[in-house]
Amino acid sequence: MKFLHTFRRCFLPAVAALLFAGAAHAQTKLTIVSWGGAYTASQQKGYHEPYMRANPNIEIVNDDSGSGALAKLRAMQSTGKVTWDLVDMVAGDAIIACDEGIAVEIDHDKVLASAPDGTPASKDFGDLIVNDCYIPTIVYSTTFGYRTDLVKKKPTKIADVFDLKKIPGKRALEKRPNNNLEWALLADGVKPNKVYKMLGTEKGVKRAFKKLDTIKDQVIWWEKGAQTPQLLADGEVVIGSTYNGRLFSVIEEEKQPVAMMWDWQMFDLDGWIVPKGGKNEAEVMKYLYFATDTQRLADQAKYISYGPARKSSAPLVGKHAELGIEMGPHMPTAPANAKHTLLVDFEFWANNQDDLTERFNAWLAR
Amino acid sequence: MSQVLVTADGVPLKTSLARAQRRSKLKAVALVAPLFVFIAVAFFVPIIDMLFRSVENQLVGEVLHRSMPLLQKWDERSGELPEEEVFAALALDFREAKENKSGGRVGRRLNYEKPGFSGLFRKSARGADRMEAPYREAFIALDEKWGDIENWRVIKRESAPYTISYYLAALDMGYADDGGIARNSEDGRIYLKLFWRTLWMSLFITFLCLILAYPISYLLSVLPTAKSNLLIILVLLPFWTSLLVRTTAWIALLQQEGVINDLVVWFGLVDDDNRLAMIHNRTGTIIAMVHILLPFMVLPLYSVMKTIPPSYMRAAKSLGATPFTAFVRVYMPNTVAGIGAGAILVFILAIGYYITPALVGGQSGTLISNFIAFHMQNSLNWGLAAALGAILLGVVLVLYFLYDKIVGIDNMKLG
Repeated sequence: MKFLHTFRRCFLPAVAALLFAGAAHAQTKLTIVSWGGAYTASQQKGYHEPYMRANPNIEIVNDDSGSGALAKLRAMQSTGKVTWDLVDMVAGDAIIACDEGIAVEIDHDKVLASAPDGTPASKDFGDLIVNDCYIPTIVYSTTFGYRTDLVKKKPTKIADVFDLKKIPGKRALEKRPNNNLEWALLADGVKPNKVYKMLGTEKGVKRAFKKLDTIKDQVIWWEKGAQTPQLLADGEVVIGSTYNGRLFSVIEEEKQPVAMMWDWQMFDLDGWIVPKGGKNEAEVMKYLYFATDTQRLADQAKYISYGPARKSSAPLVGKHAELGIEMGPHMPTAPANAKHTLLVDFEFWANNQDDLTERFNAWLAR
Repeated sequence: MSQVLVTADGVPLKTSLARAQRRSKLKAVALVAPLFVFIAVAFFVPIIDMLFRSVENQLVGEVLHRSMPLLQKWDERSGELPEEEVFAALALDFREAKENKSGGRVGRRLNYEKPGFSGLFRKSARGADRMEAPYREAFIALDEKWGDIENWRVIKRESAPYTISYYLAALDMGYADDGGIARNSEDGRIYLKLFWRTLWMSLFITFLCLILAYPISYLLSVLPTAKSNLLIILVLLPFWTSLLVRTTAWIALLQQEGVINDLVVWFGLVDDDNRLAMIHNRTGTIIAMVHILLPFMVLPLYSVMKTIPPSYMRAAKSLGATPFTAFVRVYMPNTVAGIGAGAILVFILAIGYYITPALVGGQSGTLISNFIAFHMQNSLNWGLAAALGAILLGVVLVLYFLYDKIVGIDNMKLG
């Protein structure tokens, strides 16, 4: 009885309030899926909040299930109930989503704003539009951070990651073949423009794994981007790979004794796909027109150190909104950082992901 | 001549009884029905769906519905490419696939069998519009992979509505060039190793839990209620704490710059450069899982021990048994039901454990469930995930059968 009483007293008014609130604001709710943490925060401040201010009838709800988005989206599609309106994905996953037919194909020049000087969106984004469904927003890189107080000699090149004499101690690498195989070949002296050709051959794959063998027992394998910053802060590893924005916050926001090693950073993309079957497709397209224009992409860089995917946004990147430091030099695309870079070959990985992942896992388990 | 028994109102007794019983039977069925429906929907349907998915393979035949029936006539041993009519039908199929966006899915399905199909199908769906006869030459001009007989073999094999290739992959096997089934090369063997590792680690964890839980449960059962209740809280408190919190706590304790290593170094047991590696490996998985699963062993053991009268041990001792003999011959046999229940609970939970090994397992401590999750979430190879899951289910059922034969499932007692 007491329970019933409490139920009546607390729960029913709450339900009533919710119903009332729903009726009072006839709003369109857009559910936007992203990665959570600092990244979603940068989108919230850079895109969502200004859009909601300009359009009071739109309410944007963040859903942080970005890391399992592909599988969930596929499951939603098979039951016919798609509750997401827009999903943030890395380029490789977006290719799968497009192939699987769970993403809407987009006419980039029609849906997206042109650059201020009139350059059409497809030219402004250039070859970063990796398929017909994808709207890239940022260029991020997977690169290395190291503990300045725990290394005797500064690591300066990718080969140092594989050099246990120069840099003794544990290193953190991502638990998947991507990037690691490329780095292994680069460190082994393969020319950058031959890396993917080499990885397409049995000999090249063997060579990459052989190089990785030399450091295998000194590696801690990470799966979530937040792990390497934590491992570095704890001194569990002396050097480790992760997304450059994560390292930025370790260095500039948390003031840890960590420095960047940009040599052969691997460029990758992050951006939007519109799930097929979403209920608010027309509203989403309007949102995209606003949120992916030149100024908005440059604005996001105020909150996180990822480079905007539009060429026209680059000159507009300013200072960090809270720290007040110039963001330009922290961008992976800054000339001083971008001496040696490699853009992930999405086509290669779309073809070889399953096979190489299996071999990588078998190699790990050995 | 036998007389039919009738009730007061003249109805035969047999009929009357049956009527009364039918009503109570219906009531019983109605009471059980919600549970039955729940089990059917939440348990049997998903399992049947999983078993179906592990062999289901309609996609290729459905999307390439013009060319695949023609391809069946092709002899893959002839050493020649399929006829022109197959290529012509394929061009039509690709045009349709481009319309309803199904080409990519077929490409990804075939890519599980042989790398390269994903890109080939994307390219072909795009290029099929502009193709003209002769189609065989046109396809090969578009991508020379269409001229590779090996690729056609794969397509023909996987155009069947059901396939065993997911099971083959789950058992580290595949098709050889001659079409026969062969084991993968050394570089490509992984799942059998993982099944074996999952099995022995689960058994080992169960064993460790038993060794640790037995004295705890004994202590709990013999202490006066006030004290034992306090200790029970100590067992239950971690049991109620979030799994993630407990796993992360172990990371903080066990890592190389962690609390335990700091203490060991401070005591001078190891020097600073040789800190113990206790996490992100097998050791870490075992420690964390034993801790997390321990209550599942303690609670059934405790509830069984609680029911053993202390007079049994006294009687054994008064009849001349040493404490050890009394324990082995009198006390322990009485706890078998609890051991059985605890062991099967812990083992079944351990064999499907997922979060803890994912967080602390590193490369040597991850279990088969982590790979099932990987194929569900990352590679989207649900057929392979289903095949791995079905094999795991089979292993558990076999072990359950053995357990029933050896220990007897009726001997299990949860309290």
